[in-house]
Amino acid sequence: MAIATAPPPAATAAPPASSPPTRRRRRAWGAPLLLLLPSIAMLAVFIGWPIVQMVVMSFQEFGRAQIFGAPPAFVGLGNYVDVLTDPEFWAVLTRSIALCVVSVAATMVLGVLIAILLTRLGRVMRTAVSISLLLAWAMPALTATIVWGWIFGTQYGLVNWVLTRITGTDWTGHSWLIDPVSFFAVAAIVITWGAVPFVVFTTYAGLTQVPDEVMEAASLDGAGGLARFRLIVFPYLRSILVVLLILQIIWDLRVFAQIYALQSIGGVREETNTIGVYIYSVSMASGDLGAGGAISVVLVVIMLAISGYYIRSMLREEDS
Amino acid sequence: MNARPRRLATRIALNATAVVVILCSLFPVYWMVNTSLLPGSAVRSSTPHWWPDQFTLDNYRDAMNEGLPAALGTSLAVTGVTLAAALVLAFLASVAVSRYRFRSRRTFIVLILVIQMVPAEALIVSMFRVLDGWHLLNSILGLGLVYIALVLPFTIWTLRGFVGGIPVELEEAAMIDGCSKTGAFWRVTFPLLAPGLVATGVFAFIQAWNEFVFALVIMTRPESLTLPIWLRAFVQATKATDWAVVMAASTIMAIPVIVFFLVVQNRMAGGLVSGAVKG
Repeated sequence: MAIATAPPPAATAAPPASSPPTRRRRRAWGAPLLLLLPSIAMLAVFIGWPIVQMVVMSFQEFGRAQIFGAPPAFVGLGNYVDVLTDPEFWAVLTRSIALCVVSVAATMVLGVLIAILLTRLGRVMRTAVSISLLLAWAMPALTATIVWGWIFGTQYGLVNWVLTRITGTDWTGHSWLIDPVSFFAVAAIVITWGAVPFVVFTTYAGLTQVPDEVMEAASLDGAGGLARFRLIVFPYLRSILVVLLILQIIWDLRVFAQIYALQSIGGVREETNTIGVYIYSVSMASGDLGAGGAISVVLVVIMLAISGYYIRSMLREEDS
Repeated sequence: MNARPRRLATRIALNATAVVVILCSLFPVYWMVNTSLLPGSAVRSSTPHWWPDQFTLDNYRDAMNEGLPAALGTSLAVTGVTLAAALVLAFLASVAVSRYRFRSRRTFIVLILVIQMVPAEALIVSMFRVLDGWHLLNSILGLGLVYIALVLPFTIWTLRGFVGGIPVELEEAAMIDGCSKTGAFWRVTFPLLAPGLVATGVFAFIQAWNEFVFALVIMTRPESLTLPIWLRAFVQATKATDWAVVMAASTIMAIPVIVFFLVVQNRMAGGLVSGAVKG
């Protein structure tokens, strides 16, 4: 049973001056288990069980007949073979990755630049920029998408009006969403607009940790602005930027609401599906849950592979 | 070369860039509210109205007549269930994780982190089937249960930081003064946790309020749509003809989130990247 009084041997070994206040390090399992039980039960039933079902289903023939009660037959790797040999799957995957790369690149570059800009602004201006970024960040993805859809509207949209004024040719009636390339350009703008604030605030928090003395010393040694950034600021920021990059990749690979809503406003679904929306349309609209399950498993594997570093760096904080 | 004019030029350039950033981030939010306050005829005119010069609240009334109240009610109910249950569960779990050291503690934390990386899109298929089997489709309880599980990892992760930030010594001092162990926790630690509970609650609220994918799959009947799903369907139904009403509905959906978000924004960035910032 629990040995509540025994001090853990390692914890007593002379902590450094800056260590956090010592926590109660009790070795017990009864009380914590009881406290964790409700959460574990919820996660097991509503996340764990569906994950198990997803994997099982991906090895089954599971179509409309099975939804209405026919027993599903195991087909081994059949669903995976079907999915991985389907050119549409690869088109969808390529599209998702391309959208992700463009959005993440734009988000990271703009985010870091605006964060640097924040460090060089006066107080009033910095507060004004922060507040407006906060508002953009707070905007729900769905409403943001709809508003951008209105700004790029076909008939009375603002973009078409501005372009008509500037270019002199009549843009009224030009649809931005019907053509897949400009559809994804709009999607990238929506995603980037919503994602930049998080990158700005996190990067800015990192930038303020760079000690002033080090920067002064560097400029006394003759380092110019670019050299100071590359040699001093960047090493400070690197781990933050890597984590931001991973989070952005994960979030942008799994965009759903934005794409689905833009399609409702005026896109051609077949030509603009990304992986999340594709899973939805294969399994819910076409009713092929087996194939949907197989694609889901592929997506989960991709996600976990990308997020490995993130999980490890979050655990590092736990262990410190 | 004289340094002063050059410095002035730099400052002007920096401030000009800042103004561009402000305009770009604010404009869509402004445009949503502005459009929602204009009559449909003004919105459908060949020149844009830059401010609500023909102020009207008709769009909000029209949105209310299009089924928005029912969706609003469903969203509020589901969000309320999620918020209450997730806070209680996350509170218990975070006390366990940050006040005790037990063997499977690390496993639990890894689990919490990994679960957050599983995309909801991948789960829609099996979630649909599992809930269908339990007759929980189209029910507030069903969606609420899914949302509780969905927000739990993040709420536990956040609350854990708050609980860990309160020194155990405070409790111990109270115990020396004659409090029981439980009494010390409820009288000393728990009140100090209030800001943490508020922040975590707001996260749970925002996540449940905005959630789209599961609501789309689970709530399919017209009378059980949540606000985001109703809004999406309304946009498709009106197909770019009634932007004024759509913007009014969007404003109704966005305002609570924006208000709550501003309350807790300081904590938002910290929780997600704390490991990296600490290096």
